[in-house]
Amino acid sequence: MIKLLWLIPTLPFLGALILILTGSRLSWRIAACIGAGSIGLAAILTILVGYDFLASGKEAYLHVAWNWFQAGDLSTTFSFYLDSLSMVFIFVITFVGFLIHIYSIEFMQEDEGFSRFFAYLNLFVCSMLILVLADNLVLLYLGWEGVGLCSYLLIGFWYTEEKNGYAARKAFIITRVGDTAMAVGLFLLFTVFHTLNIQDILTQAPLLWTTGASMAVVIGFLLLGGAVGKSAQLPLQTWLPDAMAGPSPVSALIHAATMVTAGVYLITRMHIVYELAPLAQLWVGIIGAITLLIAGFSALTQFDLKRVLAYSTISQIGYMFLAMGVGAWSAAIFHFMIHAFFKALLFLAAGAIIMALHHEHDMFRMGGLKNKLPVIYWTFLIGAASLAALPFVTAGFYSKDQILWLAWAGEKGNLWFFLAALTGAVVTAVYTFRMVFITFFGEAKTKISHVPGMRITVPLMVLAALSFAGGFIELPHTLGHFTLFSDYLSPLLPAVTLKEGIETTEWTIQLVTAVLALGGLYLTYILYVKQPQLSNEIKSSTFELHQFWFRGWDFDALYNFVFVRPFVFLSRINKNDVIDQFYTGLVQITEYFNSAFVKTQNGVLRWYVMSIVVGAILILTISLFVQP
Amino acid sequence: MLLALLILLLMAGGIASGFLARVSHAACRWLALITVTIAFAIIVSVWIDEGLSMTQTDSWLRDLYIPWIPSFGIAFHLAMDGLSLLMLALTFFLGILAVLVSWKEIQYRVGFFHFNLLWVVAGITGVFLTMDLFLFYFFWEVMLIPMYFLIGIWGHENKQYAAYKFFIFTQASGLLMLLSILALYFIHGEQTGIYSFDYFSILGTTLSPETGRWLMFGFLIAFIVKLPVVPLHTWLPDAHTEAPTAGSLLLAGLLLKTGAYGLIRFVLPIFPEASASIAPVAMLLGVVGILYGAMQAYSQTDFKRLVAYTSVSHMGFIMLGVFAFNELAMQGVVMQMITHGISTGALFVIAGVLYERIHTRDILRMGGMWKKVPFMGTVAMIFVMASLGLPGLGNFVAEFMTLIGAWQANKLFTIIATAGLVFATAYSLRIMQKVFLGKNIEGHSMTDLSLREKFILVPLCVVIIWLGLFPQQVINAARPTVANSMHAKNHTAIHQEAQTNHVKYTSAFTLEKGGSHEHE
Repeated sequence: MIKLLWLIPTLPFLGALILILTGSRLSWRIAACIGAGSIGLAAILTILVGYDFLASGKEAYLHVAWNWFQAGDLSTTFSFYLDSLSMVFIFVITFVGFLIHIYSIEFMQEDEGFSRFFAYLNLFVCSMLILVLADNLVLLYLGWEGVGLCSYLLIGFWYTEEKNGYAARKAFIITRVGDTAMAVGLFLLFTVFHTLNIQDILTQAPLLWTTGASMAVVIGFLLLGGAVGKSAQLPLQTWLPDAMAGPSPVSALIHAATMVTAGVYLITRMHIVYELAPLAQLWVGIIGAITLLIAGFSALTQFDLKRVLAYSTISQIGYMFLAMGVGAWSAAIFHFMIHAFFKALLFLAAGAIIMALHHEHDMFRMGGLKNKLPVIYWTFLIGAASLAALPFVTAGFYSKDQILWLAWAGEKGNLWFFLAALTGAVVTAVYTFRMVFITFFGEAKTKISHVPGMRITVPLMVLAALSFAGGFIELPHTLGHFTLFSDYLSPLLPAVTLKEGIETTEWTIQLVTAVLALGGLYLTYILYVKQPQLSNEIKSSTFELHQFWFRGWDFDALYNFVFVRPFVFLSRINKNDVIDQFYTGLVQITEYFNSAFVKTQNGVLRWYVMSIVVGAILILTISLFVQP
Repeated sequence: MLLALLILLLMAGGIASGFLARVSHAACRWLALITVTIAFAIIVSVWIDEGLSMTQTDSWLRDLYIPWIPSFGIAFHLAMDGLSLLMLALTFFLGILAVLVSWKEIQYRVGFFHFNLLWVVAGITGVFLTMDLFLFYFFWEVMLIPMYFLIGIWGHENKQYAAYKFFIFTQASGLLMLLSILALYFIHGEQTGIYSFDYFSILGTTLSPETGRWLMFGFLIAFIVKLPVVPLHTWLPDAHTEAPTAGSLLLAGLLLKTGAYGLIRFVLPIFPEASASIAPVAMLLGVVGILYGAMQAYSQTDFKRLVAYTSVSHMGFIMLGVFAFNELAMQGVVMQMITHGISTGALFVIAGVLYERIHTRDILRMGGMWKKVPFMGTVAMIFVMASLGLPGLGNFVAEFMTLIGAWQANKLFTIIATAGLVFATAYSLRIMQKVFLGKNIEGHSMTDLSLREKFILVPLCVVIIWLGLFPQQVINAARPTVANSMHAKNHTAIHQEAQTNHVKYTSAFTLEKGGSHEHE
């Protein structure tokens, strides 16, 4: 079965191809079958391939489809490389992807662009699978840009709205800024290794570089540039909140579960380079720590349900970056997987709510949905609990606890990372339950127009089950010490070396985390349920700060001022091309002389005689003075 | 003989269809179409004949030598290698599309139009095949004059101005090239006693650095005006904008490529030292072109003018790659010549079919077309993505190879050029937004692509995707030529090349020259 690996990305591609070629001629039913069916088949195939792969006990499997291009030293292939890391990713992509496709059948049912939607979604899954299965960086870059394209197409899916198009272009252009850094990183890697094959680079790197080699550091930073663009980390995080203009399933699949974690994949995939470049790795952690805080605080102030989730996604990916920064690779991947479950769940549930309430996005106009949409409520609650990392029962607790612990106890960890992660944990709990209380409690403010059907509720329940139980495959030392997930990744991703004699504090850290999460929950309960006037008072007393956070720390304004406006200004002012003025000037000079000389040809005889005389005198004079 | 036949076929076809228009317009169009299709079929059969993989190292596939004016050393010398083969395949492919695209658009003086069209194609064919500098100059003019008519007669509002401008820019720079050709002819004649315009004899000429540099400028200016390189680009936006669709297609797809071809075929091999010495400046011009073109493209509101500036930007990659002096970058350049011809040509076709429907090129007056014309929108999306360098489409392969090659030569310029991709994203997405997305402000109603238009655009889509996924055949075909132009720095390699392939008329002085070199 493992020989069919190539079919996993091919199936979604064929789905997309059929849907694009047939336009909107297919009936709703057939388009849905093709769109969701292709991903379903890919998911089944992933199970079979995964089973085969695990049973074979091999470290990796390589399938070369064809040679892509070869010139000079550069040789690239279209080939797929499966190892335990890409296995986790293709599992999440196809499974979560499949659930989201099922959900979309109902969510997009009334939309006239139904089959276009599924075409883009299938194309996205195909590109994302290529990204994580690529065995060389050029093919990875193909997937990388491919998901960017699909993200652009899907953010701007409802294209008649000007602002959706703006958000889509913003996302594409900002991620491309990161991609530029990444491309330069590839050029450098190629210069050093004469290949862009990932495995070759990873085997040669430790032989070529000593720890801290400047080339490794530079490459580490350049790849990080690509990663922060795609994963919406500081300083390129500004596109993600606007990307919420896309339909909710898109936010769930692309802007929560899969694409935005491509940066995490890239850095983890290249972890050997980062191990050799401690400075770059430290900055991965610093960026993660800062991002998780600023995004968390912004999430506190949003009123659009989806924007809260968007900032929360930025913040949670910040946790993954923090984990990578301290070398906790498998913890980062574990959090990626769990996050994919609960964040997809939250987005899908939010989409169902928005759909039920006539496309109302404002949380403060929702309220009281607890009894009206019980399935949505319970599943959302499970997702929220997981996001807030409520202790012991949620998957989010186990994945986040691991990061916190390693940020504290890991050799590369430090107090600042730990404090940032800890503060972030409280903030997460607060904004999460703020969302829950405002949306589901209190009195109803908008009437329900659409009760979600099976295709929406079943995916939600499956994801809720995963967000709840997914954490039990990796338990900390103190609680059962069950390490299925990290064992599975261990040959590929090294474990973290702990600081000496620090193991004993693990209990304390866990207790602190648990108390803080619960404390955050209680605080929110007081602020938004018990004494709602308190939250208003806080808001009005810190209005400036509130607005500042609400605007995402004014990064947009800054970038507009520094980059966008000067560029647009320069380009507008020179619309008629100043260089052309030079040539026009030449023409004008010629025409001036032309008109001047035309005047001498006036048909008046005495003028002609006079000019002949003057000319003759001049020539004679010159010939007197200048002897040949 | 086949090579001469190609040119004669096109010229004769042009004359015949010109006269046939007096009988029937349709017959004239069909004849023109059939003529170019036959030419295309011939080239494809040669390609198949040579083996699609083209793994052989011998670079010359076909050769034809007929003395023309022997007393002046002028010969009708045509030869084809992998690069010419690729360029000819592109020429005839776009030639077919140029006839098809004019089917409805041109209703005025149909016969003369097709005469000019086929003669431009014939001129371009000659330029890509000639191995005699005199003949090269002749064909350089042959493609220029009919193009002048195409713009001046069948163009849009400001056609006369654009046609003059086009003519003066190319003609003035072409004359500089003629001067250089003559100088080379005499210098070579004085050195060897054999006065010849033959490319392979001229290759062996030793030039003092000073002379070499001046003579190179003659060629260089002719080629970089054609390419065009900022600041010599200003004829291009006007010519592109005012030309009829077929004219823009040929301009963007082929005429610009003759400039790039000239750099690879003449400038680098004949003046290896001189071109190496100006490499940093040339690369800088390339980078400036990339950024300046992109910035200009972003502000344009005329669809065709916008696409014209994107050409300026994309041609910057050619300067960057050619003067990087390594195989990877040069392969990228060859790839860029082809993919840019396809993708930009397609964008001009789209501008043309839109113009036929709504009679405006102002993108501010468009918008929301997707709903009406989803097929056209999808096709446009593909080429907009090609223009911003999306992997999976041909342009990515070209730009990636160019950049990774240029990196070996100049890191700073490569970084700036790579940043240019961000600007490419900005202007490309702007096209999509203004034309196909957003709201349909003026309430244009229109029909989607007709069968004929699909016949034009679908093959272009297929080719650009094919080149993105399976570019190796093109790379293989160009490899020997690219390798030769690289080794041109090393004179002896050229000499051996000339000896093995053209012993019959070059051996006498190549041997002699080879000897004199060792004394240097």
